[in-house]
Amino acid sequence: MQINLTVNGKARKAEVEDRTLLVYYLREKLGLTGAHVACDTSSCGACTVHLDGVAVKSCTLLAAQADGCQVTTIEGMANADGTLHPLQAGFKECHGLQCGFCTPGMIMTAADLLKKNPHPSETEIRVALEGNICRCTGYHNIVESILWAAQHSNAPLAADSHLWTNDVVAKEVVETA
Amino acid sequence: MITYPFQYKRASSVAEAVAMLGEGGKALSGGHSLIPAMKLRLNAPDTLVDVGRILEIKGISVDGDELVIGAGATHGDIAGSSLVKQHVPMFAEGAGHIGDPSVRNRGTIGGSLAHADPSADWPAMVLAADATIVVEGAGGSRSIKASDFFTGMFDTALGDGELITQVRVPMQAGSKMTYQKFAQPASRYALVGCAVVKSSDGSVRVAFSGVSETPFRDEAAEGQLNGGQEVSQAASGVSIMSDHFASEDYRKHLANVYLKKALAAVA
Amino acid sequence: MSNKFIGQSVKRVEDKRFITGKGRYTDDIVLPGMLHAHFVRSPYAHARVVSVDTAEALAIPGVIAVYTGDDVAAINGVPCGWQVNFRSGETMREPKHPMLIATGDTAKHAGDPVAVIIAETKEIAIDASEAVNVEWEELPAIASPADALKEGAPKVHDQFPDNTAFDWTFGNPIEEVDAAMATAAHTTTLDFINQRVVPNAMEPRAYIGSYDNVSDKYTLYTSTQNPHLIRLLMCAFVLGIPEHKVRVVGPDVGGGFGSKIYHYTEEALVTWASKQLEVPVKWTSDRSEAFLMDAHGRDHVTKAEMGFDADGNIVGLRIKTIANMGAYLSTFAPAVPTYLHGTLLQGLYTTPKINIDMTCVFTHTVAVDAYRGAGRPEATYLLERLMDLAALEMGKDPAQLRFQNFIPAFDGVTQPGYQTQVALQYDSGNYHPVLERGLEMLGYEDFRAAQKEAASTGKLLGVGFSTYVEACGIAPSAVVGSLGARAGLYESAQVRVQPTGKVSVFTGSHSHGQGHETTFVQVVADKLGIPMEDVDLVHGDSDTVAFGMGTYGSRSLAVGGSAIMKSIDKVLEKGAKIAAHKLECAEGDLEYGEGKWTVKGTDKSIGFGDVALTAYVPHVYPAGLEPGLDFSSFYDPANFTYPFGCHIAVVEVDKETGKTTLKRMIAVDDVGNVINPMIVDGQIHGGLAQGIGQAMFEGTIYDENAQLTNGSYMDYCMPRADDLPMFETDRKVTPCPHNPLGVKGAGEAGAIGSTPAVVNAVIDALWSGGHKVKDILMPMTSERVWRAMN
Repeated sequence: MQINLTVNGKARKAEVEDRTLLVYYLREKLGLTGAHVACDTSSCGACTVHLDGVAVKSCTLLAAQADGCQVTTIEGMANADGTLHPLQAGFKECHGLQCGFCTPGMIMTAADLLKKNPHPSETEIRVALEGNICRCTGYHNIVESILWAAQHSNAPLAADSHLWTNDVVAKEVVETA
Repeated sequence: MITYPFQYKRASSVAEAVAMLGEGGKALSGGHSLIPAMKLRLNAPDTLVDVGRILEIKGISVDGDELVIGAGATHGDIAGSSLVKQHVPMFAEGAGHIGDPSVRNRGTIGGSLAHADPSADWPAMVLAADATIVVEGAGGSRSIKASDFFTGMFDTALGDGELITQVRVPMQAGSKMTYQKFAQPASRYALVGCAVVKSSDGSVRVAFSGVSETPFRDEAAEGQLNGGQEVSQAASGVSIMSDHFASEDYRKHLANVYLKKALAAVA
Repeated sequence: MSNKFIGQSVKRVEDKRFITGKGRYTDDIVLPGMLHAHFVRSPYAHARVVSVDTAEALAIPGVIAVYTGDDVAAINGVPCGWQVNFRSGETMREPKHPMLIATGDTAKHAGDPVAVIIAETKEIAIDASEAVNVEWEELPAIASPADALKEGAPKVHDQFPDNTAFDWTFGNPIEEVDAAMATAAHTTTLDFINQRVVPNAMEPRAYIGSYDNVSDKYTLYTSTQNPHLIRLLMCAFVLGIPEHKVRVVGPDVGGGFGSKIYHYTEEALVTWASKQLEVPVKWTSDRSEAFLMDAHGRDHVTKAEMGFDADGNIVGLRIKTIANMGAYLSTFAPAVPTYLHGTLLQGLYTTPKINIDMTCVFTHTVAVDAYRGAGRPEATYLLERLMDLAALEMGKDPAQLRFQNFIPAFDGVTQPGYQTQVALQYDSGNYHPVLERGLEMLGYEDFRAAQKEAASTGKLLGVGFSTYVEACGIAPSAVVGSLGARAGLYESAQVRVQPTGKVSVFTGSHSHGQGHETTFVQVVADKLGIPMEDVDLVHGDSDTVAFGMGTYGSRSLAVGGSAIMKSIDKVLEKGAKIAAHKLECAEGDLEYGEGKWTVKGTDKSIGFGDVALTAYVPHVYPAGLEPGLDFSSFYDPANFTYPFGCHIAVVEVDKETGKTTLKRMIAVDDVGNVINPMIVDGQIHGGLAQGIGQAMFEGTIYDENAQLTNGSYMDYCMPRADDLPMFETDRKVTPCPHNPLGVKGAGEAGAIGSTPAVVNAVIDALWSGGHKVKDILMPMTSERVWRAMN
């Protein structure tokens, strides 16, 4: 089937198999290999991207389900001029990564958290990461990285304005009594 | 992990979804129960009908003395909803502990109920809340009481071609409710999930997820509690599941512990 | 040498690509015309292949080839790299580990492959794998090492009817140990299981074999910890192809923890298939396959006895262990329970008599091999569980019991190293300060008071101690060779100074999270007195790096870094000749620092860059000196290195459910000199999490048919962020006396000390509530802890 979507701000059109998962579309058709596949059971979060501004596991989503949507991947997090997103900067500053394989998913999940809760506590961060597995860091420095980013992200970066402002239409339907 | 091939269809209305489902296939909502099973090739529908964009089943609203949760509301929507927090706070509390944030951003109450995983969190909550599950099929709409909905492990009263559209939850002034969960440490599903609703008259409804192959109302416990007695044993008279995280004995013990916790929370 | 970078927490150079999604792991690589492999695997732990019918699969459009065991029968099996013979002298039993199981042969663990599909897409390959019709004859199977030795146990290999790969005794003669134990006033005995765990590097293994028929060259991209070792094993032992015609690239690798050291059958198979088909062939494991196929760790069944005299001094240690090898002998497998375990049983104690009796057995499970710590966690677990339990049994303080038995400090320079009863000679050690500091961080007296108070209110708090010493920097080649290693364990490095004075460093170490691109560059920049930006680290490619033994056993900086230091010495030595010629002075008049050679006592100097340029534009140049400034070195260490430390866990146990919460994790480690404290702390953190994981969450569960029943992240529990506290770390520094950087290694320490600390803490909590249990099986699930109290 044909899908039309916006990935990291660019309009994309593609022919995909109905069964194609979003993560494979991103990795194989678009060469956006920052989202990784590390489990078969939607457990590890290495594939996390944003769909219409919220974190999703791209291994548990059909590319067809993203048709018409805005997708942001780790590759779209930095500013066009290369300025890092505060979370990217935080992970580097606080040594929040070692092998780097879980890192894109961690950053995308953390971005979702900071959007809902700009100044989370250590515990809130740990709870928010329960669907992201890291085998290298013991999470200590990941928590530090996110705390760092929370302190350094008062002004959202231009490139991720869609991350911070764009709620889905459906969300507005919620609460309409 | 690649699913078997299937045909993807997208419905834009309940009527269209019902028409599509009438031709066979399974409804795809958030997909967080169905797609993992399909990736492991444990489930192989030939058609998926995506109901994830049907706005009419997404909202949360009040209708008379019922809170109406659209089947397409995500766990995250429900956890964050001020209407839910106000009228059925247990649902917000419980929804906030389903899966992880990404799962809650996609997974829906309707999808979870239709999947009927015995260890999922919603079954205990809808049972204790005495909710009604509204479904739409070729023959029109019908309402199924939660107590009639769960018919076995991964099995429900949902007929072929039927789509869950709403979960209607009675709102009772002065009632107290809670959902207490002992999570399986890897999957974070409920090893024991205990939902208790205490009406303003003091009567209680008790339901469990995770304990038996079919989620159930614990009528024995309710009888004892409503008769002013202590509960001698929670989850008596049902077959108890056993796995390497919790044997039958331990689950029974946990059922007691979590019922006590839940009762304390609504005291 | 300046100290501008060494000792500083320099932010990692490699981070940029990972935080922007530009890391390049093997599965990210796409080659023109690349096909995809998918394996047909045994659903049974033990079953005979009666027939394999591939016709239906071959008929599927897009399927290019289907190979069966019969097609690859001529290929050798993957080899074992270490030989440990029976104590009787009988040669270690070494079954062939074939590429694919041939018709008539038996699959020996669930997942053992019987065929491979090569197709245009992975979707087609997976779909087609279900069209391969295999007739199986299921046979009885065993998973537990103890079951392997039972009378009438199903045989893993028909030719080895007792399921034994080898047995082994080490340490003092058993008669001497028995005699010492007979004098004990108190003996602490513990029967326990050090359970099987799954490394679970987040990047699943992935390989691309690519054959070029014009140059007759192969390229293998592989998620490995040691590209050159894979090349050597695959060329020389498996495929019999010339080593100079094979390039092995280990690009970015998403964690290893041991599991990516070994040469796996899939690696050789995609390489072989790419030649058959003359196109690249990729295989990427999925997680379910990883659980079945990646080498696991630990899996010991042990009886341990430690004897004490009336004052609490250790008089002897007697160990009997059965270790699981799995169905085949993986690359390092025989070394792990023997020379990486038995040799560590001295611990930090003056134990005068030690003996270990080890039987290593085959079972119908995937191979067990080195997993973070490899043998040393098992040794530490055994010793440290015994120490805390002995203290409880004797009514002594566990910290004091350790202090009184510690080996006195020795620096290995003015004092000799410490000769253990189990062959090793520790290089340097100073054990009291790490435990003292740990107690200080814990606030020991306050904790005991809080624990008492908690117990009186029905809350169970516990503290567990663990002090460890380990052997890293593996290893002196002659020593390991005498112990059965079939390879040397040196490292190589090349320092190539470019004409403009920029420096490319080629190392045989491989970074898969350890931060070599930063740490190694810090060392080089300081040693040469140049900016870090002027130094680049190249690793992971056998075509650019001359040779390498790879990264495991916390060896990279101690061995690989030392090789780099040797090359730098050669660069500076030759540079001094050039500088002296240019400055018209004697070499002896020069001193090097801040990136230049200066004539002592003058302001006459020449910069590193000018010397480099002169080396490549040798117009005014010392007579007889070769142009160029590029040196290779091999460094073979004089000894292992012996880091040590103290880990302390504080837990709270819920009486009603048995649920254990880790409240505090304190780690005071002494890993010798530290180049980058931030990276060392990160290594410790990660190790702690894995060690805690083994204690609290992780462990395989096999059913009666030897099927792994928890082979997914829904069932195999690894620590999540909300399971762990912030770690409290500190360090002491006792330099390694025998390598130029004084470093010892930090990669495994966290995983070695933490496990027994956590278990000890739970036992301590239970004793505080009057439940005097000796052991709780790991992982200490809530149910197991609850049962220990009921």
